[in-house]
Amino acid sequence: MDNLNIMIVGVGGQGTLLASRVLGNVALKQSLDVKVSEVHGMSQRGGSVVTYVKMGKKVYSPLIEKGEADVILAFEILEALRWVEYLKKGGTIVVNEQRIDPMPVIIGKAKYPENIIAKLKQQIQNIISVNALKIAKECGNIKALNIVLLGLLAKSTDIAKDIWLEAIREVVPAKILDVNLKAFDAGYLSASDLEK
Amino acid sequence: MRKLMLGNEAVARGAYEAGVTVATAYPGTPSTEITENIAEYDDIYCEWSPNEKVALEVAAGSSIAGARSICSMKHVGLNVAADPLFTTSYTGVNGGLVIMVADDPGMHSSQNEQDSRFYARSAKVPMLEPADSQECKDFVEQGFAISERFDTPVIVRLSTRIAHSQSIVELGEKQAYQMKDYYKDPAKYVMMPAMARKRHIEVEKRLAALREFSDTGNLNRIEWGSREAGIIAGGIAYQYAREAFGETASYLKIGMVYPLPEKMIQQFAKEVQTLYVIEELEPFMEDQIKKMGIQVRGKDLLPVMGELSAQIIKEKILSIKTEIQPITNDPVPVRPPVMCPGCPHRGAFYVLKKLKMNVSGDIGCYTLGALAPMESIDVVICMGASVGAAHGMAKARGKEFAQKTVAVIGDSTFIHSGITGLIDIVYNKGISTVIILDNSITGMTGHQHHPATGYTIKGEPTRQLNLIQLVKAVGVDRVRVTDPFDIKEFEKAVKEETEAEEPSVIIVQRPCALLKNVIFEGPQAINPQKCKQCKMCLRIGCPAIVDLGDTIEINEALCVGCKLCTKLCSADAIVKR
Ligand SMILES: Cc1ncc(C[n+]2csc(CCOP(=O)(O)OP(=O)(O)O)c2C)c(N)n1
Repeated sequence: MDNLNIMIVGVGGQGTLLASRVLGNVALKQSLDVKVSEVHGMSQRGGSVVTYVKMGKKVYSPLIEKGEADVILAFEILEALRWVEYLKKGGTIVVNEQRIDPMPVIIGKAKYPENIIAKLKQQIQNIISVNALKIAKECGNIKALNIVLLGLLAKSTDIAKDIWLEAIREVVPAKILDVNLKAFDAGYLSASDLEK
Repeated sequence: MRKLMLGNEAVARGAYEAGVTVATAYPGTPSTEITENIAEYDDIYCEWSPNEKVALEVAAGSSIAGARSICSMKHVGLNVAADPLFTTSYTGVNGGLVIMVADDPGMHSSQNEQDSRFYARSAKVPMLEPADSQECKDFVEQGFAISERFDTPVIVRLSTRIAHSQSIVELGEKQAYQMKDYYKDPAKYVMMPAMARKRHIEVEKRLAALREFSDTGNLNRIEWGSREAGIIAGGIAYQYAREAFGETASYLKIGMVYPLPEKMIQQFAKEVQTLYVIEELEPFMEDQIKKMGIQVRGKDLLPVMGELSAQIIKEKILSIKTEIQPITNDPVPVRPPVMCPGCPHRGAFYVLKKLKMNVSGDIGCYTLGALAPMESIDVVICMGASVGAAHGMAKARGKEFAQKTVAVIGDSTFIHSGITGLIDIVYNKGISTVIILDNSITGMTGHQHHPATGYTIKGEPTRQLNLIQLVKAVGVDRVRVTDPFDIKEFEKAVKEETEAEEPSVIIVQRPCALLKNVIFEGPQAINPQKCKQCKMCLRIGCPAIVDLGDTIEINEALCVGCKLCTKLCSADAIVKR
């Protein structure tokens, strides 16, 4: 397989790190080389966060740069817009329909752009938008929205579902595993709904 | 076994496999997870020290006592630990001593972008620089071997993208390391002039031997490709260079960045057409190579600021530009970090802003009080500086200014290096007010214990440092404890203590909202019938409260229910959802 570059973007505190760790383990299980570049520290306090997951025969730089991402998993609408330039031509973007206002918007110094998803849909062919927060809530914990999105992503790849489940079991803490397995299935199923 | 590991986690594994039995650190992004991971190994004694200087002194002592020891910090931490560093270079080691230092090019989480490679050069100790997690593990193990073989501390330098990237590591077995015997050797370990002069001679001899080792050991290697371009690079810059040039260049991959392998560089330079040095931050290698009389290109093309990337290298050296069409012309608002919903610091800064105080700030989550809408911190320099700087401001401008000025410092930071500043205020007849924001944890770096939390790094209960007794003991008579969410009481305390013409300390206590034992009642909502749109609730800069133009709403997914906003709402419009 060619290199696969996946970016996970969102707002600090949304659980992007855990999602990237699951993805990293999915790659490992397929005997691919893999690098996962994470963010820790300041931006985890509600800032814009991005993690890169690169897999393939051999991975050098851990960074994905503009125009190089095969997939962008956006946990928040504005973050989708911020990072969409990183998407490759023909790449796929999955957007969680959640809005979190950044501080400049809250204090009236900037405007949250309108109709972002519609604008993205005009220009990008492979775009999936979903209310993952709602699905996670139905599963019993809104924090599981990260795994809902992974479920969605999983459906769009040709990687076997079992590999994903195994990776989740290894990475997710035991206490919250059940909710997360449920969330993964819900995300996976919602992807089939979207296909219809 | 193959495992996906963060660079920092791999360092911990390397320490374990090398038979380390003592590990010390003060947290600091991007180095923190090294010691958090070491703490998972039962047979390694591990501690959060109060600061980096103490951490290195503890590790130096344990090395002299015969144990393999590791000490970890972020780049600016090495400034704090520089004093013991320069002299342990003279004493050398008994059990191996490895110092981990993590730089932060691009300043993802730091107050400056200093390049710690210069420390190796000025302290005359070797420095290794891994380029992925496998090398993180391997270089730490090699670092211990070098440390013992050459009788020197060894610095292993990481950068954010190495420390915080996961890549595959082949795990090894734990070595059967026999701790060295303890022996008295004042000529080696007692550094006073007569002995130190002799030790300096040894340091120079050691450096010569290390130069040769750099050329003959396996830490530096040549990878031949096309000889049109030759690239000298180490650490993450090597990965970016490989990505940008692929097989169109040859590489001298540097694993030992100080001292450099001079013979190898000379040979490599001869065999390639154009020689480039690709390094982040300062021209550390480039300057040395130029001094050898070799023509090389580097910082004439590449920036000395920020991180590099494959695209920057392609653009600046290969003149290949990636053009991307923007999707919309809408300006995309920035998203700076913010205090979390429920953060105790929010109450404190709301009051300081209201009182229009001059605020000498410090480093931690509360530094976010400098950003809008709080915008109430005037100065931030380095950890602990708030206290001394407030005193200096007061001495410069006199009593009235002092009475409008406070220092604001976190609990972990106060213990790290604020205490001495407070002693200075008392000793030199200052009248400043110091506000300690005690959120019961080291917040910014992700929840590490410290002396005032009452727990060790391994979660064991220990004697808890009592901040009240401490500040009284250094001579502060006016000490008060308040809750930052009791806005009225805190406001009163600030007014009275700044008014008083003597040193005072206000300890503001409320635990970090992200701590597991902190439980709030859950999301609140605004009753639109009652809301008068006075927008008072927006003044606290809570990311969960948003102004939608016609209405003000609380984001259910973000609100934790700390209810600070309810204290500002005169219409009682905010209620449990
Ligand atoms: C010399 C030095 N060491 C470490 C750091 C990393 N660092 C930044 S803030 C901080 C501690 C913050 O803890 P605290 O003072 O309790 O404030 P909080 O973040 O909990 O509000 C640390 C360790 C640093 N900037 N400088």
